[in-house]
Amino acid sequence: MGAQLRLLRRRIKSVRSTAKITRAQELIASSRIVKAQQRMQAAVPYEREITRAVTGVVSNTSSVDHPLTVSKEQPTRAAVLVVTSDRGFCGGFNANILREAEALGTLLKGKGITPVPFVVGRKGIAWHTFRGREMGGQWDGFSDSPSYVHAKQIADTLIEAFSAQDGVDEIHIVSTGFVSMLTQEVAVKRILPLEIEETTAKPETPLPYFEFEPTAGAVLDTLLPRYVESRIFSALLQSAASEHASRRRAMKSATDNANELIRVFTMQMNQARQAEITQEISEIVGGANALADAAAGKE
Amino acid sequence: MAKLRVGVVSPEREIWSGEADMVIAKTIDGEIGIMPKHAPVLGVLVEGGVLTVKRGGGEPDLVAAVHGGFLSVADNEVSILAELAELGSEVDVAAAKDALQRAQASVEANQEDADAAIEAKRARARLRAAGEEVG
Repeated sequence: MGAQLRLLRRRIKSVRSTAKITRAQELIASSRIVKAQQRMQAAVPYEREITRAVTGVVSNTSSVDHPLTVSKEQPTRAAVLVVTSDRGFCGGFNANILREAEALGTLLKGKGITPVPFVVGRKGIAWHTFRGREMGGQWDGFSDSPSYVHAKQIADTLIEAFSAQDGVDEIHIVSTGFVSMLTQEVAVKRILPLEIEETTAKPETPLPYFEFEPTAGAVLDTLLPRYVESRIFSALLQSAASEHASRRRAMKSATDNANELIRVFTMQMNQARQAEITQEISEIVGGANALADAAAGKE
Repeated sequence: MAKLRVGVVSPEREIWSGEADMVIAKTIDGEIGIMPKHAPVLGVLVEGGVLTVKRGGGEPDLVAAVHGGFLSVADNEVSILAELAELGSEVDVAAAKDALQRAQASVEANQEDADAAIEAKRARARLRAAGEEVG
């Protein structure tokens, strides 16, 4: 067998085994998206209710004077929560997030604010460590299926940093929002000081006048941190779903490319084999002719 | 009579939703009973409280252990936003008893163990929700 033929066979074998791996990854990711989406759906009622409650309180009490809602006149430091994934193999997922986080950092610096990164996910942590950037906090190990406990940990750290005297004055979050199976968008949001976000359209009827148990202040004290937790939890869930979606897409195109490669290599291999056979035949025919000529010459 | 629309939700899932005649929950100020046409209220629930939803119409009451969170009432809609909640029927009684004993032991060993005290409260609430007698 010719050297070229052997080489092609070897390459086809290796590409085929890579394709098997990427195909398996693709299937795993597709099954996990469904789960991640279900978890996203399951978290919606709580988020909706808590947003409604916060909106209710804020629109009721004319002067909301809570540390978490007051923005400083001269902010100097801002926490940036960057939500990345723990594992790679997901296309531009992490690169997009980190690029957006960098852009936000530049923007903040332009305003005279020092950004302090708080990073979720092994990929983001590695990126920051490699560049020698100091991180305010880091969490990993749950990017593909975050639970509320994780969101709580993160929120506690962030709120603590926000409340501390020489802590941060703003908290931003950079994460991937899950729009649909095919579209995921990197979104940058400021979560503190609080901007109440309307998840649904404004209700037509004015919000009712609430009574508070025990007092408006006490309710706010416990309600606002929960609201921040819920926003972070939602960001984590969306990011997890997006991670699976982009991994599925990346692995699908990897599998497709591998199959295309196998097709091209197989064709080249067949050509090489055919060429080898043709050459062998012509050598045999040539040799036989030469023998025949030699025999004819003797007679 | 008008009915209340009740939703019990935790961050990870919707635990129960449906209609009811009355909802009894425990806020920091004390027990609160909500019936239809109640004024809008926003209350903070205690750690390790028991929530009772009287469904009326011959349906059995719904009892759940609710750990922290909020109660919001508006327009005959009651939402219970619990950080952690468990329906009485879902409680693993043996596990809860076990947890209660362990928590009580660590509270006795160290009076200032706040985590264990909360743990004990939670376990008690779970047992009460499951219909067990707790001292």
